[in-house]
Amino acid sequence: MPVELIFEKCRLTAALSGEIDHHSAAFLRGEIDQALAKFQPATLALDFDGVTFMDSSAVGLVMGRYKALSAAGGGLEVLNLSPSAYRMMKLSGLQSLARLEPKPEEKERVYP
Amino acid sequence: MKEKYILLNRCKLELESRSVNESFARAVVAAFAAQLDPTMEELTDVKTSVSEAVTNCIVHAYPERRGKIMLTVGIYTGGLLRVQVRDWGCGIADIDKAREPLYSTLGEERAGLGFAVMESFMDRLRVRSKVGAGTTVTMEKTIKGREGNQ
Repeated sequence: MPVELIFEKCRLTAALSGEIDHHSAAFLRGEIDQALAKFQPATLALDFDGVTFMDSSAVGLVMGRYKALSAAGGGLEVLNLSPSAYRMMKLSGLQSLARLEPKPEEKERVYP
Repeated sequence: MKEKYILLNRCKLELESRSVNESFARAVVAAFAAQLDPTMEELTDVKTSVSEAVTNCIVHAYPERRGKIMLTVGIYTGGLLRVQVRDWGCGIADIDKAREPLYSTLGEERAGLGFAVMESFMDRLRVRSKVGAGTTVTMEKTIKGREGNQ
């Protein structure tokens, strides 16, 4: 499964896995949006721990979910980013819209 | 004086502009670049940039039809990797605008970061385009490798 969705205490966690590109993002977007509409969470956490590759389509996926959430007053967290994923998210200025968390073991490399 | 690079090896791949080929294209480039013994980080940078360039062809160059994408990968002396992604699609009217981060003609599901990522993950990026004729993206990166290439 490329995404596992867990809803608990007003918080929806989408644990993503595998490769995220333009081809796979469409499916992930559909799954996450369906869960957002169903649960209407206060917070959405996108967990990148299982993601082995991503290009800027993943940034588009995060930005799109931010827009949907902020319209409904929800918050967004982006967790367990690899160094290159973190670099890409920062290129887009997402750090001012969502909480970006690098993978714990990579923290020193991400913040030079 | 400008350093002269000599071509050591080359691979050419023709693809149909289908999104399922995005992962195939970056896997081919990664497999070919393996002979330079790249680090994981260098490999990620190259794969990500190839993914961006090929995605651009699929979503921008051929928005309403399928077309041909030509991928050329060259290995040169000094550990230089050159990747060229060419299409015969609609072309880019304003290249400077297209290269601006966050600029996208395709709405909010696209971040508008394609060229910004290629620019930041590779050493050099050149974009040549003619409206109605197509676009050629050429990017280069010197692979230092795990052992350090000379």
